[in-house]
Amino acid sequence: MVTGEPVLALRGVSKRFGAVQALTDVEMEVHAGEVVALVGDNGAGKSTLVKSIAGVHQPDDGDIEWGGRAVTIHRPQDAQHLGIATVYQDLALCDNLDVVGNLFLGREIRHFGVVLDEVAMERRSRELLDTLSIRIPSVRIPIASLSGGQRQVVAIARALIGSPKVVMLDEPTAALGVEQTAQVLDLVERLRDQGLGVILISHNMADVMAVADTVVVLRLGRNNGVFDKSSTNQEQIISAITGATDNAVTRRQARGTEGPQ
Amino acid sequence: MTDQTPNGGEERHHRPLPEDTMPKGGVNAPVPVAAEATPAVDPRLIVRQEGVKGYLGEFKRRLSSGELGSVPVVLALIVIWAVFGSLNSSFLSAQNLSNLSQQIVGTGMIAIGVVFVLLLGEIDLSVGSVSGLCAAIYAVLSVTHGVNQGVALLCALVGGAVVGLIQGFFFAKVGVPAFVVTLAGNLGWNGLMLQILGSQGTVNLPGTDVVSKLYSTFYGQQIAAYGAAFFGVALFLAASLFDAQRRRAAGIPSRPLADIVLRTVLLAIVAFLAAYTLNQYKGLPLALLIFLIFIVVLEYMLRRTAYGRKIFALGGNIEGARRAGISVPTIRITVFMICSTMAAVGGLFLAAQIQSASQTSGGGNLLMNAIAAAVIGGTSLFGGRGSTWSALLGALVIGSIQSGMNIEGLSNAIQFMITGAVLLAAVVIDSLARRTQKAAGRA
Repeated sequence: MVTGEPVLALRGVSKRFGAVQALTDVEMEVHAGEVVALVGDNGAGKSTLVKSIAGVHQPDDGDIEWGGRAVTIHRPQDAQHLGIATVYQDLALCDNLDVVGNLFLGREIRHFGVVLDEVAMERRSRELLDTLSIRIPSVRIPIASLSGGQRQVVAIARALIGSPKVVMLDEPTAALGVEQTAQVLDLVERLRDQGLGVILISHNMADVMAVADTVVVLRLGRNNGVFDKSSTNQEQIISAITGATDNAVTRRQARGTEGPQ
Repeated sequence: MTDQTPNGGEERHHRPLPEDTMPKGGVNAPVPVAAEATPAVDPRLIVRQEGVKGYLGEFKRRLSSGELGSVPVVLALIVIWAVFGSLNSSFLSAQNLSNLSQQIVGTGMIAIGVVFVLLLGEIDLSVGSVSGLCAAIYAVLSVTHGVNQGVALLCALVGGAVVGLIQGFFFAKVGVPAFVVTLAGNLGWNGLMLQILGSQGTVNLPGTDVVSKLYSTFYGQQIAAYGAAFFGVALFLAASLFDAQRRRAAGIPSRPLADIVLRTVLLAIVAFLAAYTLNQYKGLPLALLIFLIFIVVLEYMLRRTAYGRKIFALGGNIEGARRAGISVPTIRITVFMICSTMAAVGGLFLAAQIQSASQTSGGGNLLMNAIAAAVIGGTSLFGGRGSTWSALLGALVIGSIQSGMNIEGLSNAIQFMITGAVLLAAVVIDSLARRTQKAAGRA
């Protein structure tokens, strides 16, 4: 299903914080219409990798390729302009503003560049939420009235307002119940169906196996295997995460099995 | 609280990338709706009924979930007027109410500025001193130095804005808590005012200058007050109808007509009653008209412009606002400038009221009254909730208490205690409402 040029590719990305080598020669590819799960134990470098892509940190070494060309991402705005949207774990929604206000915060539709066009924003919000089959009581109630799952889908929908090509979700299901998790996973699949590349960070193996096409395992800041979901199982991934296998990539290469790498 | 994250200022150093264009398509392109797509309505949602009954139901539900808005202050105002009116019939006389509407303007203007700072969840303790300073700038320039009155007025307002710029800089860029910056300002600007007033200490206004006229002018013709009331009501009705029509055209929910009519009738009753009362005495005070114009224009700015939205966003979640690309320091500095400029406007009206700028200008309990007015009026101390109308309502409450006490011949001692108790009650209501809102999932 996933073929051709990757939208986003990391080539040998390394990042050092003082005496800590957070990332070492990390490789990753994201294609259009592909859900890439990024998994690893705490401290494996997942968040650092996401922040490097999002422009919060700059990698010390290696390239970030966008559509086959190396780019430098200095600031979060650069990533947004490229078409990389990030939904952080703490969502960063404004509780006192309504759903429309939050969706368009910082990029409001305006008359004459000053006055808010509430009607146009509300219509766009409804269209967007309908397209994603997001169920919310009303787009005019404050975020404070929404449940955790609803806030999460609003945060994801907000990332989509800027028409990104790649969406990064940092632990989107971490604090959610069963039904809300299902909603978010449905949403992730819908993003894939619309041709977006999705990077999903999660500790929950069930979630990962449910929606991911490719699973990238990080261990101690290094790649510890890239798995194609159709040809792997949960045990294999978990042993790569915990380091029970010395290196899944080398093993697989030694066996000569299939896989993207 | 300085801006240390790299995404703080998009405008400042924007380096376009080769791919620096918004990708088209994606989810914003017309997408075939997913097969099992359901309309985005949650079945658990309590849907408001049509008509007046539904309106009342919605109102009750809002009250019980802690969204009190201006209900407590309106109730308080009714109680205060009923008590003082029954104690002494002259309290509710046209003359007293007309004077009251004029006297609240100075404090109310300062309170508008305080509302802006409170919306950020911050406080400005310097507004009293700043109002005195700017009144002194105007008086000394126009009276002592014979500068053109318009220029002197402008200098006073610019002086207020510069004060806000300085305080905002120390708060937003250096990272000193606003409380401390403005507390230092409270003392410092008071000192500067004494310096400007010089040895004689008091500068009397001639009473024929522009600021005095702004305060003391009345439009005596009957048509003025009624015309202003009619204009206000018509503007409200037209704006509501236009908005509802646009929403219907766009296919999104709009206010039902009955709702609009009900609101318009309520507004018309209040507006024409006020106009009738004012006409029983001297007519429409220009000061009140200017106050109302400031309230309406600034409320529009808060609710309907991108700038106002940013102020609310900052009051709601600073980190969220920053990640959305809002320049937090810029908003903070400009809000402090608005606050200080409004303090200057209020100071000028207060100077016109006592016909002088003196060493006691901006002192006494002016600062507390201005902050109390904003809070009593329903603007939250916790940021993100409020309206410029709370400046009018709060100033009316405080002004009514003072006026009623004066008529009853009660001392300042009692007055202070009662005003303090009302302020405490307002803050208690704000805190309780916030707790209820949290419990009801609305905070």
